[in-house]
Amino acid sequence: MEVVRVENLTKIYGRGDAQTLALIDANLSVESGELIALLGPSGSGKTTLLTSICCINEPTRGRIELDGVCVFDEGWTGMDVRAVRRQKMGVIFQAYNLIPFLTVLENVALMLTLNGIGQDEAQPRALELLEYLEIAHRWHHYPSEISGGEQQRVAIARALANNPKVLLADEPTAALDTERGKIVMSLLRRLSREKNAAVIVVTHDVRMVEGFDRVYHIADGRIQN
Amino acid sequence: MNLAIRDIRRHKTRFLLTCIGLGLLLTVVMAMSGIYRGLIGDATRVVEATPAQIWVVQKDTRGPFAESSRLPEDIEHSIAAVEGVRRASPVSFQYVQIPRGDKAIRLFLIGYKLGGIGGPPVIVAGRTITKKHYEMVADRKSGYAVGDTIHLGLENYTVVGLTQGMTSPAGDPAAFVSLADAQIIQFQLDNDAIRNNRERVVSTYAQLASMNPFMRDKATTKALAAAENPHFANAIVAELEDPSMGPEVANYVRRWNHYQVFSSEQERELLLKGFIEKSQKQLWLFRTILVIVSGVIIALIIYTLTMDKLREIATLKIIGAADRTIINMILQQSLLMGLIGFAVGYALIKKTYTLYPRTTILQPLDMMVLLGIVVVICVLASVLGIWRALKVDPGTALSGG
Repeated sequence: MEVVRVENLTKIYGRGDAQTLALIDANLSVESGELIALLGPSGSGKTTLLTSICCINEPTRGRIELDGVCVFDEGWTGMDVRAVRRQKMGVIFQAYNLIPFLTVLENVALMLTLNGIGQDEAQPRALELLEYLEIAHRWHHYPSEISGGEQQRVAIARALANNPKVLLADEPTAALDTERGKIVMSLLRRLSREKNAAVIVVTHDVRMVEGFDRVYHIADGRIQN
Repeated sequence: MNLAIRDIRRHKTRFLLTCIGLGLLLTVVMAMSGIYRGLIGDATRVVEATPAQIWVVQKDTRGPFAESSRLPEDIEHSIAAVEGVRRASPVSFQYVQIPRGDKAIRLFLIGYKLGGIGGPPVIVAGRTITKKHYEMVADRKSGYAVGDTIHLGLENYTVVGLTQGMTSPAGDPAAFVSLADAQIIQFQLDNDAIRNNRERVVSTYAQLASMNPFMRDKATTKALAAAENPHFANAIVAELEDPSMGPEVANYVRRWNHYQVFSSEQERELLLKGFIEKSQKQLWLFRTILVIVSGVIIALIIYTLTMDKLREIATLKIIGAADRTIINMILQQSLLMGLIGFAVGYALIKKTYTLYPRTTILQPLDMMVLLGIVVVICVLASVLGIWRALKVDPGTALSGG
């Protein structure tokens, strides 16, 4: 089932002589359970594509459909994009972006409480996810008290908490060494299969995309298979 | 889970120090409200404690507190005879300053006719005045104890009892003496002054050569007696059979053309206008400034707390947190700061207000109003932080660490 559909997406920054074509007629389709990579050097447009799919960067033109719902069609369609993110998406950040004043367990449970689930239900479910990602023993620690690899696992647990249809990962291994980076990538592979989520990973590191279903190269704003 | 409290835990030292500072500011605001209430209480205490509905004073004056007033003591009988008056009494008021060690204590001396109106309303130690002379009842605030001797004018007075809560309109402790003693203290001249005065009167009348010597001696004697007569009071207070007869009795006495008559309410108004108005404005100004300063402090701290977590706010936005969640977090922090500050201020003022040199009265209504103002200030103070938080671009959460 197709959960992400991007058609002729273009993003132009600036105006007149100062305008920059960040993304040009990008087309992309991702199915449930599929793991794809957007590979490209810095400034190639991969993050622009990711933030557009994430509904935080308004494209100049084109169309975006998420889980069968059109969120952008030459303009935002009026959907509550934050609700779309909250209910259908999980985001994994390069710098983990855990909330520093919440414990590991609370960081994961936060995603559930944002979706209206009560504390009594949210915490056991968060703990289950932490167990699934083998980080449950750190549940009471603050992010500053655990390693980078552990923080990224917690961030993945948070991204999975709302059973997302789409999992977006922005350079998830950039802050990790190669070995830990590969572990995270294999985890994402596992998640795409077991959780049946469409996983889109943005990376510039070609070594990390081994075993991906599809790899898209982006250069100068254009997607190449 | 409460994001506001979780975040505060991270900055608890800064947050608590700000709350304490805010609490100190609010203590001053509460103290000013209390002092204002104390000013009103002090200014009107004598009028409130005197069970009289009518105050008769010298004509064309606003006596006996706002202006000086002097009238013969014996008109109490004429006033007592007016229909509707149950009883009338002369009273006198004056300030005395008594050296005590290297300090000086000011007393508001109230002279009253024993058994009449205007005496100490309550005795908390010792007894009331029973002898016509040389006995005094002092307010506890004066620091005197039963048995102390005080030198006033030409005589020594013994403190035979203590009263409580009686002050002058300016807040000085009151002391009660018999009217006779008060008249001596206020009007009686010392021996040298009497001698000089007599010589001046005699020499003045001696110059009236054309006057019959018999008549001149009579006139001289009368003039001397008038000059040395201490039988004056500052006001005659009257208790009525029926308080609603006040206007009627007042109009009747005014028709005599020699006296001014005020009701207790009018006396109260005169005191409040004369003693309180400027202080009230001053206190309002200070209170307003301090409340604004409190608001600015809350706004600055909440703004810096918000600036410290812009990345977290961007992350919250990207994972789908509604604006409501972010607004609540900032608003709750602001309200919590204000409420803790208020609690600190309230605890502090409750512990210390009795130590203030001026009478300080804490009224629950004033505290409730201040609490309401603090809540409004907190809401307004959080606007800057909320505005900054709502402006955060969620995309900033995606940039590298």
